[in-house]
Amino acid sequence: MKRAIFGHKGLPWLLLAPQLAITLVFFIWPAGQALWQSFLRQDAFGIKTTFIGLKNYQALFADSYYLNSMKVTAIFSVSVALVSMVVALLLALALDRTLKSSKFYTTLLVWPYAVAPVVAGIMWWFIFNPTIGILPYLLDQIGYDWNHGLHSQDAMALVVIASSWKQISYNFLFFVAGLQAIPMSLREAAAIDGAGPVKRFFTITFPLLSPTTFFLMVINVVYTMFDTFGVIDATTAGGPSQSTMILVYKVYRDGQLGANLGSSGAQSVILMAIVVTLTIVQFRFIERRVQY
Amino acid sequence: MAGIVLEGVGKSYDGKTLAVQGINLTVADGEFVVLVGPSGCGKSTLLRMVAGLETISEGTVSIGDRVVNKVEPADRDIAMVFQNYALYPHMSVRQNLAYGLKNRKMDRAEIARRVDEAAKILEIGEYLDRKPRALSGGQRQRVAMGRAIVRDPAAFLFDEPLSNLDAKLRVTMRGEIRLLQKRLGTTSLYVTHDQVEAMTLADRLVVLNGGRVEQIGAPMDVYKRPASAFVAAFIGSPAMNLLPAVLSGGTVQFGGGRVAVGDGLPDGRITLGIRPEDLRPAAADEDGAFEMPVAYIEELGSQRLVHGSIEGEDVVCAVPAERPVGESLHLTADPALLHVFDAQSGARLN
Ligand SMILES: Nc1ncnc2c1ncn2[C@@H]1O[C@H](COP(=O)(O)OP(=O)(O)OP(=O)(O)O)[C@@H](O)[C@H]1O
Ligand SMILES: [Mg+2]
Repeated sequence: MKRAIFGHKGLPWLLLAPQLAITLVFFIWPAGQALWQSFLRQDAFGIKTTFIGLKNYQALFADSYYLNSMKVTAIFSVSVALVSMVVALLLALALDRTLKSSKFYTTLLVWPYAVAPVVAGIMWWFIFNPTIGILPYLLDQIGYDWNHGLHSQDAMALVVIASSWKQISYNFLFFVAGLQAIPMSLREAAAIDGAGPVKRFFTITFPLLSPTTFFLMVINVVYTMFDTFGVIDATTAGGPSQSTMILVYKVYRDGQLGANLGSSGAQSVILMAIVVTLTIVQFRFIERRVQY
Repeated sequence: MAGIVLEGVGKSYDGKTLAVQGINLTVADGEFVVLVGPSGCGKSTLLRMVAGLETISEGTVSIGDRVVNKVEPADRDIAMVFQNYALYPHMSVRQNLAYGLKNRKMDRAEIARRVDEAAKILEIGEYLDRKPRALSGGQRQRVAMGRAIVRDPAAFLFDEPLSNLDAKLRVTMRGEIRLLQKRLGTTSLYVTHDQVEAMTLADRLVVLNGGRVEQIGAPMDVYKRPASAFVAAFIGSPAMNLLPAVLSGGTVQFGGGRVAVGDGLPDGRITLGIRPEDLRPAAADEDGAFEMPVAYIEELGSQRLVHGSIEGEDVVCAVPAERPVGESLHLTADPALLHVFDAQSGARLN
């Protein structure tokens, strides 16, 4: 990359300042707050604060609700990542250049396909909406007692589906780009080498997509752990009986509603640690496997 | 082993215009045929139709007495070497070679035997456990060849397999491909836009232009008697001089000189073709000699190329390396070595 030349030493800092300020105000400062809080205990009225070291963390890992929440989060994130990635990959493959097809038509096809999942995601959102949605109503009509307010499985299915839909278009675009990056001649060579379409997919295409797949896996897990707050809050609010109580939502419930700031702080710190770990793993992996 | 027969083959990508049309070609069993022509003339299209990677819009393609128009690439018993090699990047060299055999459910011992044999022939034994990215261009090229020969197919198809290599390696690999093909005796169809490559490799050349065949023949026949002005300009290096001229009474006048072209040709406008090496320096007073002012000289080591112009047309003349060249050169040409083409259609007249 070209090295820019600044006449004045201060200019780079000046240009960086807005970004740094935002990071400081919206990330570093709250993160520091959470870290500090996680070492404290406040009494119920918020009058007296005591430093208690790692006691908040010890309490968390002894708390069966918290451990349950971890399990729920793991199931939830992996399910959302799998569902949204499988659907996105199938869509991307449907559109991908097949052997003997014309490049021209494929290019025309990209756009509607790329836009469709976004539209569908919004529609799904309305369909599943507990107040104005039509799906719970329809299921009820065919005799399935759909009640995500009562049944744990229903609740989990609902939040998984609702969260997956939002991710599909994103994953889809990455998969399309990933597929386009695989030279057509590889698949042609495989066809001549006697591999049918299914075999070509599993022995050539999918292995070559693995960097994209891994990247999306991490992104999707991070997304589901954090960005699904709205989905949970709007649909199940963590219930029934904590069956959709993911970690992020629990931080909010314990901190905001339960006013247990110490425990909530410790939970935030653990969440941060998970994200940082995932990010490091991802960068390590990408560095190691820039090319297959 | 088998031959390849193309009858009236045509291809249209858009349903309206033909990228390739009316191709009739018979590649005999064991023959090495090279398709050559400028970029976009339809060489790859033709080859890919034989491979089964493109549908055939018109005509029939047969491999070994079997019409293969509707046969999948895998079942055509051909192997192809791609320009970018198309090696599977996530597999080792050994796995790359074995892939096509495994898919055909060959037993492991036989696969191992064939891979080892191919590795020995191509001298890639020590790279068998490397991934393609850890190989040089030339080594990748060999692996791509290896992947074709382990299959022991009825025919090899090559699409510009050497064009990603540097000039020196290209010459070496060219020789190796030729030797290998001779040794294995496998029918081969080879695409290139490089006429030197085409000349040196081919048993027979097919010169394509704008989706049609211009000429089919042995390299030396095509070189000596190009069927059209296009072929004349395309085959041979340095390129043939093509000069517009007027023919009257079997002779052509230009540059203050005169060339006897031969009898039996109608008077009128023609394109006169003379290869640079067929132009012979002559004494100023030699009968019919014409004069060419010298613009510049290219030294090739073994010979010198003298560039000049006659009546506004660029002319190149090849002279021996040690021969001194002044401000102008008097030239003459042997009538038997002249090529006469129709000025309009470019078809050969003599
Ligand atoms: N997939 C395709 N869709 C539409 N037109 C195509 C396609 N492939 C090739 N063509 C057109 O067909 C013609 C012949 O192309 P082809 O690739 O066979 O040329 P080529 O002789 O191999 O050229 P090059 O030396 O550049 O590889 C060109 O005009 C090209 O634009
Ligand atoms: Mg080509």
